[in-house]
Amino acid sequence: MNTVELAGVSRWYGNVVAVNDVTLSIGPGLTGLLGPNGAGKTTVLHLMAGLLAPSQGKVVIGGEPAWANPALYRKLGLVTERESVPGFLTAWEFVLASAKLHKLPDPTAAARAALDVVDLRDAQDRRISTYSKGMRQRSRVAAALVHDPDVLLLDEPFNGMDPRQRMQMMQLLDRMAEEGRTIVFSSHILEEVEQLSGTVQVIVAGRLAASGDYRHIRRLMTTRPHVFTIASSDDRLLATALMGEPSVSGVSLAEAGLQVHTSDYGAFTRALAKLAKARDIRLTTILPSDESLEKVFSYLVTT
Amino acid sequence: MNPTIIRLTARALLGRRRVLLLLPMPIVLIGLTLLGVSSEDEYVTPSDWGPLVFSNLGLAVILPLTALIVGSSVLGLEIDDGTITHLITKPLPRSEIILSKLLVAWLVTTGATALPLAVAAVIAGSGTLAVGLVVGTALGALAYSALFLALSVMAKRPVAVGLIYIVLWENLLVSFVDGARVFSIRQHATTIADAIGDTPLISSTLSVPTALIMVSVFVVAGTVGATRRLRSFALTGEAN
Repeated sequence: MNTVELAGVSRWYGNVVAVNDVTLSIGPGLTGLLGPNGAGKTTVLHLMAGLLAPSQGKVVIGGEPAWANPALYRKLGLVTERESVPGFLTAWEFVLASAKLHKLPDPTAAARAALDVVDLRDAQDRRISTYSKGMRQRSRVAAALVHDPDVLLLDEPFNGMDPRQRMQMMQLLDRMAEEGRTIVFSSHILEEVEQLSGTVQVIVAGRLAASGDYRHIRRLMTTRPHVFTIASSDDRLLATALMGEPSVSGVSLAEAGLQVHTSDYGAFTRALAKLAKARDIRLTTILPSDESLEKVFSYLVTT
Repeated sequence: MNPTIIRLTARALLGRRRVLLLLPMPIVLIGLTLLGVSSEDEYVTPSDWGPLVFSNLGLAVILPLTALIVGSSVLGLEIDDGTITHLITKPLPRSEIILSKLLVAWLVTTGATALPLAVAAVIAGSGTLAVGLVVGTALGALAYSALFLALSVMAKRPVAVGLIYIVLWENLLVSFVDGARVFSIRQHATTIADAIGDTPLISSTLSVPTALIMVSVFVVAGTVGATRRLRSFALTGEAN
């Protein structure tokens, strides 16, 4: 009963298409919404959370429409990316107020449990304005969890967290997913979600570019073609040697040195140094030239 | 009505420095009244300064400006800083949110305007005028609050639109176009205050039934409009 479904959903702002014909179905468990900045992840999450009307298509949560349906929030929790918390409240007041606004039978117990989950009980009586970024984030997670929702949406929940906090948050989300909840979170950093045991939906330029098991997508990303710029003491000699490598798919001479195309990042980087040493060539520059996230993600669109 | 929303709104509103903006105006009002009363010049009578203080300053400036500051803040500040998401992602009827916000705006505006006006009227020596001003101001505050609350959900720049209404409509247009006064909350408040206060210090221009009907129209239209708008409130901002 807690699936998140988008059917042919588009959302545009004037002439700008933010989300383009996305169809997906997310069931219980942990799902990452990956994509470079500006890809439309926040828009997708806001559509799921009923904070935006789809320009086209349908967003359905557990069989109910997401848009203009306040009753939905009984089973849905949202943590937005914007760091917006009423700083004049303490975490306890903030989470308790959320519990009361949900009209829970025992708001005090619910607030206490939610603050326990995010490990914020020790600091709960301090004003939120005195908190670090990670603590604020946790207070917002607590407020979003206080009514024990079946579906939890988090927009860039790991932003501004240190590695330890990130680990804790991942463990928390994993635990909640194991309890049968549907957890969807967005992130623009693939490495960030290495602990992830679930599925990912990759969004690039408003479109669903890839979807499926995290490890599969991860593999696609590490074996994608790379371009390196390499300068050395003897570029021509190095070029002839490189062409003999199976991991190299092309070499060209340029002003700055060699442009080397490789189809296997790992094998190439391991082979390069040995190869240069065997021919007594000194490497002066090795620059990966297409490491922008946009390129990494858009590679997925074509596979 | 929702007690949690009411409490949080009042705290957010009264805890900010913005609320200090409300202080100077009542002080000026009472100061001018004291000045008028203590004047020893026998040619200075209450009819010289009364209309100026109660009508031109109290009902025409202090009431609408206070209502604008407060009414556009009760929900507008949350929209501006994004904390509105905490409120709208709760399973609450939207009318409950709007009515709670309206109540806070109305009480704070009334407190900040009716009270000093009543004090000034008592200083001027008229108890009935004080009662008239309290009732007129309270009803005017209700209509203004509903209007400015609705503007804060509907308009991109609610304060600017509110100022245009106060300055252009209520002050300029009303003096040129007779029918415009029917839609001026200032005229409604003045009419009701005059009817009860029964003094030459304020003069009304509308009939009491018209004023009462128009106040209800503003309150109902503002509340319903704001509720409907909030029901389909789309989060704007960074779309990534």
